[in-house]
Amino acid sequence: MIQTFAFYLFAFFVIASGVFTITSRNPVHSVLWLILAFFNAAGLMVLVGAEFIAMLLVIVYVGAVAVLFLFVVMMLDIDFAELRGGFIKNFPLGLAIALVLLAELVLGIGAYRAGSLQLGVADGTSAGLAGESNTANIGVLLYSDYIFLFEAAGIILLVAMIGAIVLTYRERPDGARGHQNITKQNMRRPEDATIMTRPEIGKGVEL
Amino acid sequence: MEFANSFYFTAPEVGLTVSGLILLLVAAFVGQKTTRLITILAVAALFGAAAFTGNLLTNSAFELGADAWGGLYRMDAFGSFAKILIYLATIGCLIVTPKFFEQTAEYRAEYPILMLFGAVGMGMMVSASDLMTLYIGLELSSLSSYVLASFIRSDMRSAEAGLKYFVLGALASGILLYGMSLIYGFTGSTSYIGIRTALEGGVSAGSMFGIVFLLAGLAFKISAVPFHMWTPDVYEGAPTPVTAFFSTAPKVAAIAMTMRMALDPFGGQIEIWQQIVIFAALASIIVGALGAIGQENLKRLLAYSSINNVGFILIGLAAGTEQSASAMLVYLAIYVAMSLGSFVALLMLRDNDGNQLETFADISGLSVTRPALAWCLLALMFSLAGIPPLLGFWGKFVVFQAAVEADMILLAAIGIAASVIGAFYYIKFIKVMFFDKPADVVVAEKSSARWVVLGLCVLFISPLGYLATLKLGEFADRAASALFFII
Repeated sequence: MIQTFAFYLFAFFVIASGVFTITSRNPVHSVLWLILAFFNAAGLMVLVGAEFIAMLLVIVYVGAVAVLFLFVVMMLDIDFAELRGGFIKNFPLGLAIALVLLAELVLGIGAYRAGSLQLGVADGTSAGLAGESNTANIGVLLYSDYIFLFEAAGIILLVAMIGAIVLTYRERPDGARGHQNITKQNMRRPEDATIMTRPEIGKGVEL
Repeated sequence: MEFANSFYFTAPEVGLTVSGLILLLVAAFVGQKTTRLITILAVAALFGAAAFTGNLLTNSAFELGADAWGGLYRMDAFGSFAKILIYLATIGCLIVTPKFFEQTAEYRAEYPILMLFGAVGMGMMVSASDLMTLYIGLELSSLSSYVLASFIRSDMRSAEAGLKYFVLGALASGILLYGMSLIYGFTGSTSYIGIRTALEGGVSAGSMFGIVFLLAGLAFKISAVPFHMWTPDVYEGAPTPVTAFFSTAPKVAAIAMTMRMALDPFGGQIEIWQQIVIFAALASIIVGALGAIGQENLKRLLAYSSINNVGFILIGLAAGTEQSASAMLVYLAIYVAMSLGSFVALLMLRDNDGNQLETFADISGLSVTRPALAWCLLALMFSLAGIPPLLGFWGKFVVFQAAVEADMILLAAIGIAASVIGAFYYIKFIKVMFFDKPADVVVAEKSSARWVVLGLCVLFISPLGYLATLKLGEFADRAASALFFII
């Protein structure tokens, strides 16, 4: 009973905040609605027993992706009114595509209801792991059976990092700007950088 | 023991990864002046990997192949054959590169390192015996490719090529992943053996959807029609050495991975994917042949030629027999030599200011001004067209023979007819070089490394190459039988 209630609660909020993400005029509000959608989706994941994915959703999507979105939206000077101007122009085309998709959905669901599509039949099922919570299971498997793939995924991240640096890093001609010279910073003494003055009353400091 | 064996079987990947990491550190600490040294070391590492893989291929102790990392990775003759091709193609592309960047002064140590990591990914792709290994290998090689495509940041076309490749590649990866998740959901396994076992009793509607999505994603990676749209743009925009790389090593990897995917987990369901592959093969051959006709840019033309060649290779897959798999591998080996040779020859087309020349107008009358280069191109183009004394003919011959023996005579006939259309633009190439008024813009190429790579490719496709076909055919047969061993 309480589960059904929780499901409908989360599902309602996911859909509602999804709608608000699209429709809200202020892009910052859009991102905030998106965060709410992520939270409720995480709730749904907990309900089906995938607590690890729920936590990932909160940590990765809410914690990193959405906050990044927020920064980008706030820092980029995008004229959203102008972007939205295209909406009216492309509306007929969008509507036509939406109608085609709707017709396809109706046909597909109709075929499924008529029993010609046996989508509920599987060829096999995975053995599954009993006992521990799935967080513990993933942890055990990731560092044992799948260590090869885990390390390879690390190399993918490394390549992504190299790629980002290759495509954006520019060597400065004078070599000084953009590089921190730690030795030079440590060598610097207070007397090099500050001067003590004792200005007379009524007179300013002359440098 | 199992752990040690796993390391031994994946030694090419592990070794290349470690050398890539070390070279990266060298580049970071010593700076860009070591770029040339790093290129040489990367080539050495690839040679080492190729030699080790060759040992795995010829060692009779590993004839049946073996599983590594608990069934995630399969070391067998098929994977080794494809990997040797990949490593050799990567070496060829690396050797001819530094000269290209001399003019733009953008050659940086990351270039050979990205190629090394790309080679690691490709090795994982062809040896994968699990959907997850396949996907991770694919992403590793694709990600390196995206960066390489846009390596010349100051060039708009290069940046555009990288962006296009990235966006469309990400879409294809998404389709592929969707197919994988459907397959996992309906068969309960990601390993090839598990999928095969689950599908023994017949295929459910869900698995069928999964197979279709998987094939669509793979067709993008091998640039088969109707997922070929990115190829001409990316090939044209990317720096020429990178284009040479794209048309050889990743293509071998993608085709080998498609072969293993189709014939291993779905080997019992030939009737489901066969018609898709037949369509993709015919459409690729025809679009590749017709699309190239109007092209003025030589790189674009070779891109269509590569789509065309993928179609011929897919004819072998459509036949789906052990003989046809062997024929595909032979074709692949010959194709790599032809493609690498053609692009190296294109690299040599430079004018006085060091700019790359890429259009028909520039090679007009090349036989008078640069006869050696023109004759090499003549051999390569005739070979690509499949004119008999050259080895390109042999590749087509074995594929068509396999198709005919699998009772797909119509498919072979259409393939032959379309290859006649394709011959048009290869011969146009030769006509422009030999019979048009000399444009005399191409300067003499001094880089001996390039001449060596070009010479080796031309030597391989020349009639002398038939001496190598015996050995090549033997290895291809062994690789194909390894692919069918599980059945």
